[in-house]
Amino acid sequence: MVFGIPGGTILPAYDPLLDSTKVRHILVRHEQGAGHAATGYAQATGKVGVCMATSGPGATNLVTPLADANMDSVPMVAITGQQSRPLIGTDAFQEADICGITMPITKHNMLVTDAAEIPRAIAEAFHIAATGRPGPVLVDIPKDVLQETTSFSWPPELRLPGYRPTTRPHGKQVREAAKLIVGARKPVLYVGGGVIKADASAELLRLAEDTGIPVVTTLMARGAFPDSHQQHLGMPGMHGTVAAVAAMQKSDLLIALGARFDDRVTGQLNSFAPDAQIIHADIDPAEISKNRRADVPIVGDCKEIITELIDAVRTERETARAVDLTPWWDTLNSLRETFPLGYDWPDDGTLSPQYVIERIGAMSPSDTIYTAGVGQHQMWAAQFVKYEQPRTWINSGGLGTMGFAVPAAMGIKAGEPDRTVWAIDGDGCFQMTNQELATCAIENLPVKIAVINNGNLGMVRQWQTLFYGERYSNTDLGTHKHRIPDFKLLAEALGCAGLRAESREEVDEVIAKALEINDRPVVVDFVVGKDAQVWPMVAAGTGNSEIMAARGIRPLFDEDL
Amino acid sequence: MTRHTLSVLVEDKPGVLARVAGLFSRRGFNIESLAVGRTEYPDISRMTIVVSVDELPLEQVTKQLNKLINVIKIVELEPTASVQRQLVLIKVRADATVRSQVLETVQLFRAKVVDVSPEAVTIEATGTSEKLDALLRMLEPYGLREIVQSGMVAIGRGARSITATAVR
Repeated sequence: MVFGIPGGTILPAYDPLLDSTKVRHILVRHEQGAGHAATGYAQATGKVGVCMATSGPGATNLVTPLADANMDSVPMVAITGQQSRPLIGTDAFQEADICGITMPITKHNMLVTDAAEIPRAIAEAFHIAATGRPGPVLVDIPKDVLQETTSFSWPPELRLPGYRPTTRPHGKQVREAAKLIVGARKPVLYVGGGVIKADASAELLRLAEDTGIPVVTTLMARGAFPDSHQQHLGMPGMHGTVAAVAAMQKSDLLIALGARFDDRVTGQLNSFAPDAQIIHADIDPAEISKNRRADVPIVGDCKEIITELIDAVRTERETARAVDLTPWWDTLNSLRETFPLGYDWPDDGTLSPQYVIERIGAMSPSDTIYTAGVGQHQMWAAQFVKYEQPRTWINSGGLGTMGFAVPAAMGIKAGEPDRTVWAIDGDGCFQMTNQELATCAIENLPVKIAVINNGNLGMVRQWQTLFYGERYSNTDLGTHKHRIPDFKLLAEALGCAGLRAESREEVDEVIAKALEINDRPVVVDFVVGKDAQVWPMVAAGTGNSEIMAARGIRPLFDEDL
Repeated sequence: MTRHTLSVLVEDKPGVLARVAGLFSRRGFNIESLAVGRTEYPDISRMTIVVSVDELPLEQVTKQLNKLINVIKIVELEPTASVQRQLVLIKVRADATVRSQVLETVQLFRAKVVDVSPEAVTIEATGTSEKLDALLRMLEPYGLREIVQSGMVAIGRGARSITATAVR
């Protein structure tokens, strides 16, 4: 499966694709769409996503998805055409130094200058993209190299003397970690996207149930642990649950598994989890102690680490009696009961966006895969859809790429054609990449798009409300005021079914209708109120103890922590 | 901040220098000195990088460097356990009246004269950066017309070879 657009320099690679029976190429409308589709495909299936573009603007249009994939550790290979070797460096037509441009935003990239090297370069690209900490790899191939003939042998020998990712954890470190786990009074399993990448959900469940330790799942890890599980406290971070944020703040031991202490999780770093010792397990040694010093570092693959931890904890328990976690759970349960996730209906009688998202989650099949753009709707989708399985929530976490949802949904559907795919999108995000719906309609990829249309760049507006004295500079998109564009008509023009809901009564009916349509993509314009806000919230630059459950309510502030 | 000397073995491939230099600047480190050259293996180059940085950020940048696919090995060379040398060429104003004084300084530092003209001499000197700084201070009163200095190169003391263990 390849997502791409041909052009001058990549033409020689496209010609044989016409005869290929093995490779399905999906002709997208913009190279950014190809890149995000490759990410959606990769995140849904666990396989490497592939995109292809021509030189110059084709390649530079891949920059955003490459940066996105790099931040979220997505296995991706991008193949770009390049001007012929004699023209490189002469500012030739459609020439861009894409290797230079993407150097800081790829795991690796290479310019192939000899046709005989193409098989090895491609094999190395897939190997690097998929192993260790996954990431995007770009292979740039000049047109004259693509036109040469060479002898072909497969598989080629990989020559990567400087690339040896560590997957087996160090036994001593694992035993050290087990000792801390058994002795902790207030432990928390801080689960990141690495657990999903390592396919370690089953192992995580076993470790959690063996130890009875509470679990939090980051934005990238939603679905790694079932939301319905009693030990799950929800998502930590800027818009996390009070219970999840408080658990980390009060903890005496954080067991970080495939997580990277991102600023959106830690808040102000020097007041983050002040009393906690840190066990940090990650496949990337550079992540360990990058933001927060680890007391027990473990480098390795999460699946192997957790498997060994389970045994080590059992062994440790034979000699040391585990601490009773009941008092810890009493504290957490009382927080969970006092400050559950929730929302108020808007005073002005408009439709609640959270309600819409909650209903989509409740009415769709249990194996539905969700994606989102970036902003309020993304946070609500992370909060109010309940995720039970890994790889059912795919979003742009690290880079925060608006416009991610539609092309990502396309890639997800291409990889998982039998499952329902919902893109929870915003009206701002949707207008960045909706042209890929034409691709979806033509290529028979019936995705479902819920445009949570509040007429504004909602998250920016929320910050303007809270921090800029309600001065709404350039956040009103006019999608309410002028109904431009009319998303229903736009959907129809793009070969999709267009639906709309504007009141609470219409929501279930429209979702049911959208779920029934499977012969083409569906776009539902949910016209919602513009004043709904994402809560809880830790304001940027403040400490996590200052989390506000709702505007003006600071549950942890006065209490003795 | 303390000065650290990193010896970095890299694959001899186009763009490797840009990758390494880019990583330092991207993560906010200033490279004081950089030297790149061949090793006893045709496909491996060696970079000697001198940076002034605290211990923790150094660990971070070393880990990030290690993630570059073309980087094979990184070793920090302690000043006491390694030989560190720089080369400098100095064109100093030296007419007949002061030439003998300049030459005396050159001998004191075990440097040598590699070019001479009626108004100036060109001096070649190698050593640690401290020694070269001292030489420059001594020559400064005569008038330094032009200086060109290489990056630091360094090698560990004793019989061990970091390249030999890296290619194994």
